[in-house]
Amino acid sequence: MYADVKKNTHSTQGWVGRSLERHEDAALLMGQGRYVDDFPIAPNTLHAAVVRASHAHALITAIDTTRALAVPGVRHVITGEQIRAISDPFLTVLKQPIDQWALAVERVRYVGEAVAVVLADDRYIAEDGAALVDILYEPLPVVVDPVAAVRSDAPLLHPAAGSNQLSVREFVYGEPDAAFARAERTISVDIEYPRSSYTPMECFAVVAEYRPGDKSFDVLANFQGPFSAHPVMAKALRVPGSRLRLRIPPDSGGSFGIKLSVFPYIVLMGLAARISGRPVKWIEDRLEHLQAANSGPNRITRLDAAVEPDGRVTALRFDNLEDYGAYLRAPMPGPLYRMHGATTGAYDIRHLAMVNRVVVTNKMPAALVRGFGGPQLYLALERLMQRIAVELGLDPLEVIRRNLISADAFPYRTPAGALYDSGDYQKAIEIATGDGRLTDLLRRRDEARAAGKLYGIGYAAVVEPGMSNMGYLSTILPEEIRQQQGPKNGAVSMVRVNVDAVGGVSMTADVTVQGQGHATALSQIVADQLGLHPRDISVNLEIDTQKDAWSIAAGSYSCRFSPGTAVAAHLAGKQVRDKVARIAAGLFKTTEDDVGFGGGRVFSIAQPAKSMPFGRAAGTAHWSPVLVPDTDQPGISETGIWAPQELAPPTGGDEINTSLTYGFVFDMCGIEIDPLTMQVKVDRYVSMHDAGKLINPLLAEGQIRGAFVQGLATALYEEIVYDDKTGALQTGTFAEYLVPTACEVPQIEIIHMETPSPFTPLGAKGLAEGNCMSTPVCIANAVADALSLRDVRLPITPNRLNAVLATNEGPAPTLTSNVVDAAAMEKEFAEATIAGSGTLTVATEAGNIWDTLLNPQTLKNIIPGCHTVTALRPDHFQAEVSLGVGPVRGRFIADVYLSDLVPQRQAKLSGELRGPLGKAEGKGRIILSLTPDGTRIDYAYGVDVGGKVASVGGRMIRRAADMIIGQFFERLVALSGDGDATPTKKTRSGLMAWLVGLFGGQK
Amino acid sequence: MKPAAFTYMRPDNVDEALQILTEYGSEARVLAGGQSLMAMLNLRLVEPGVLLDISRLPALRHIRLDNGFIEVGAAVTQAELLAWPDLEREAPFIAQALPWVGHFQTRNRGTVCGSISHADPSSELPLSLALLQGEAVLRSSKGERRLAARDYQTGMLQTARREDELLVAVRFPVGLGRAGASFQEVSRRHGDFAIVSAGVIRHAGRIRIGIGGVADRPSCIELDENVSAANLTERIEQLAWELGGYDDIHASARFRRDLVRRLAPKLVSEVLSCA
Repeated sequence: MYADVKKNTHSTQGWVGRSLERHEDAALLMGQGRYVDDFPIAPNTLHAAVVRASHAHALITAIDTTRALAVPGVRHVITGEQIRAISDPFLTVLKQPIDQWALAVERVRYVGEAVAVVLADDRYIAEDGAALVDILYEPLPVVVDPVAAVRSDAPLLHPAAGSNQLSVREFVYGEPDAAFARAERTISVDIEYPRSSYTPMECFAVVAEYRPGDKSFDVLANFQGPFSAHPVMAKALRVPGSRLRLRIPPDSGGSFGIKLSVFPYIVLMGLAARISGRPVKWIEDRLEHLQAANSGPNRITRLDAAVEPDGRVTALRFDNLEDYGAYLRAPMPGPLYRMHGATTGAYDIRHLAMVNRVVVTNKMPAALVRGFGGPQLYLALERLMQRIAVELGLDPLEVIRRNLISADAFPYRTPAGALYDSGDYQKAIEIATGDGRLTDLLRRRDEARAAGKLYGIGYAAVVEPGMSNMGYLSTILPEEIRQQQGPKNGAVSMVRVNVDAVGGVSMTADVTVQGQGHATALSQIVADQLGLHPRDISVNLEIDTQKDAWSIAAGSYSCRFSPGTAVAAHLAGKQVRDKVARIAAGLFKTTEDDVGFGGGRVFSIAQPAKSMPFGRAAGTAHWSPVLVPDTDQPGISETGIWAPQELAPPTGGDEINTSLTYGFVFDMCGIEIDPLTMQVKVDRYVSMHDAGKLINPLLAEGQIRGAFVQGLATALYEEIVYDDKTGALQTGTFAEYLVPTACEVPQIEIIHMETPSPFTPLGAKGLAEGNCMSTPVCIANAVADALSLRDVRLPITPNRLNAVLATNEGPAPTLTSNVVDAAAMEKEFAEATIAGSGTLTVATEAGNIWDTLLNPQTLKNIIPGCHTVTALRPDHFQAEVSLGVGPVRGRFIADVYLSDLVPQRQAKLSGELRGPLGKAEGKGRIILSLTPDGTRIDYAYGVDVGGKVASVGGRMIRRAADMIIGQFFERLVALSGDGDATPTKKTRSGLMAWLVGLFGGQK
Repeated sequence: MKPAAFTYMRPDNVDEALQILTEYGSEARVLAGGQSLMAMLNLRLVEPGVLLDISRLPALRHIRLDNGFIEVGAAVTQAELLAWPDLEREAPFIAQALPWVGHFQTRNRGTVCGSISHADPSSELPLSLALLQGEAVLRSSKGERRLAARDYQTGMLQTARREDELLVAVRFPVGLGRAGASFQEVSRRHGDFAIVSAGVIRHAGRIRIGIGGVADRPSCIELDENVSAANLTERIEQLAWELGGYDDIHASARFRRDLVRRLAPKLVSEVLSCA
């Protein structure tokens, strides 16, 4: 199945291409991984806990650290103003006034934003202190929806920027307008790509130290790269890059792009160490991670295609609106530009128009996530292909085939400038659908449908880029500005191979470990050069920016290993080999060309009797420098550097070759929907890959399976959800943010073909992100096929499918009609997350109820868990309450404001509740009327809950609110009436609703 | 995610445990398997002064038949009950429901009584106790009382346990469901909290339907086993509206009612076809 070794490789042993088991696994399986948290720390190290914003958008009016500092063991509390005084804002690609420091300054812009840092003797104490940092906020209007954010009346996140839309760029390639005018039809899709993340098992980890002697920072962190973020950190810390020593440990518990975003915390903890004069350690916990680490951007795409009757697409027009959350962090907005050259995907479409818009909203900032712009692009493009088939009455696979780039067109220059290196997409699809696989899938669908089941088939064809051109992001800048700033392009890879005095080979490389098995692959590459066994090569992938060779492209991201670092390893290995060959040629009295390597020995090819162990030949460079040829230096330590010429800067016409290699993925699947549970079950899934030459097929399979699971997660499970009105995060734990487990993951069938890249000496391409791009849309297409849907919103949840599929429910059983329509009152509060209304009758006079409600003393007895009520003004009460459900209880401060007061007739209440468990804001209206049976109370309310309970307690909040509101009215009735209230509606609550909700809220 | 400070106490016998509860009352939280409590502690959703660990008390480790009941002590894990050789015969419904509780790993720690005492409206064991009309055995220094399931769980995460009481055991009537028992739940992933869970048993000419996950506690209705299809549909429709449901990020109230409408008849027909 694997292609012949390419002509221009120097492989002699054939380790490259073998499914070698991972060297890394022995230590990991024995619990001997060395992660940041495993490293010993200095005895005086302080532990940090970060205080985070409970508001999505608010001005910080005051921070009181008194109570926190009073906790024994709390040493420092650091706030944004201190950080601003000694650091610079992070650099971003857009020159817009959107400054961000390592802590919030003046305002917070998303729930979870870091506002203060507590440093203490241990993490427990630090968290005790964090709960006692009192922050006063002045809430600002919130915008969560990216479409709303670009409207002229939207609240501005960064007022100095004048708009939430920070960048708009239009691109035209070919003659799209003419193509659309000529086309038989225009077919369009409207796509929303959801906000999600891929959560590594190990969260962020930083140990930072400040050395006043040379004013330098020394930081150990599980940063993943790209190291283009290193200058950003150094600039923020106000030191030259050489004074920020960043060390990456040998192991990291996954990353998937996310661990780029540890960089603001590297700066934050560095500054904390500087302020405190002691080393600072911070281990991010899961609550912090899910609210503030990072996510992929959500994107809204309108995609139009100019289509011929046979399904051929002649032009595409994209309108992309991408939501980056509250801040643009370097290298954002990467996902909008990383795929730029490859926007036309696997298709030979020569006319292209594009509008790219970047918007900020009150959500956690977006950053790197595996797939990085690919999933967003292909959800639109491949849904479009399926829609073209449906609208033209064609087979979707046939529409894909008719538009593919032909095999003889490679290397193929796309209209937007990508230079696709190699491929044979037709053959890949032929292999994937062959051996009866497609026939079987079609038969399964026919049989299932004949049995009345909901079954669909989906396809997706995806071009997968490998190793990004560091200049792609400058495409966002107009050509004039690019000219002013100087060119940015290319991607440098560096690997060092050392041979010691007895022939021991060790190597370092510019990748960060995340679990891929890079050490194994690198050892295979170098072993081939030196005629050794891979286990003879020690690979150390720790990085120390003061001691190792690195460039801005270093790190593990964007599939740069196989097209990049692997090549540098190949070159470094070859340099060592050539040097040892020259030494041996002298010893053997032969020529360099005659020296062979194999079986751990160096020998003369012409006179095999002349032979010696590799170690002896190589060791000569140490033991006897005089025997080293004059052209060489003594010792053996070679750095392989790889900087491919194909990665040119953007042209004046905005054409950009965004990546070096372009692999191909073709997926097809059959899914069935359970009509009872509305769950989507993957029945069969085939994934076809052409990633050029595979360095290690076992590692490749691991990457493909992992990417598939994450693609499946995006299709069916994972979504970061914010309350649209308040910006409260609703997916704060793994009970709300649903990562599929082994139980949810189907078996898949993986097929490879190898069309080597002509642009890399090993012929290898990147392959670790393909299924993140192909799988979401492949499943979406299958669901669309099963249900004949035009729009498929990801993730495809049972709840969403039920809303589509379930027939009309019929009317709810009718309830007693009201004098005042409480349900109509409820409309006043309909925008709140929790809205309700109710009616009850109390056998007493309205005056009694009125007095009970407005008297702090009686109010105290009505509000569940109330300790004190103080009337600050006649229309402003403050209460201290303990609220909760079951064992979950917390103390809160509640402020209640009364308005619209018509004595004994009606009142409007509004207010807020805040405490360590969370916060809530509520409004309610209560109307009293006389009836023959006493006083009738009609009430309606709306409650919005934020903070911890909103993000971790979503499942319980609604019911908790009902319960606490219910208690409130029971007590009101008991205190003001003669008992015997008659609720006429199941939902309860009123003015107190607000309180209540709040209360309820906190659970 | 570090808990606030607390005092950890692990008494040697039940009497000592009860004394601690008498002394500390609502300040104390009982720790058995910790599968819910530890997470709540780490989230600082609960901050008890005293954590009373009863997981190793030998007197609470029993599963025994007693007077027509299966009595399960408070330290018995879900895995131990699942492995009890007589479970299928004596409690066929629980044998069906228990594998849905969490995961293999969490069942190794989580206890039967702990789950019932936590009173999560979506949990399988509180539904089992309600459906089988079992009993909760509460003991304090002053004595012991038994509460019927419907009197024990009073709401979401709330029970009738007094501050000084310990749930020392739960009791399930022996053999209920031998004539037919069925359980199913719908959740987003295996082991997640149920969006809706449903159980049905057939006993003495009656069928009993229990629904979890929709209201603040499990709810049950009972029908004659010869109920007509139309009447069954009507009763289930009525039940769906009575329970109402609620919206959260995983499911709307509407979806919950629809699941009641689909799950209940399916399980009823399964149970009736068992005979």
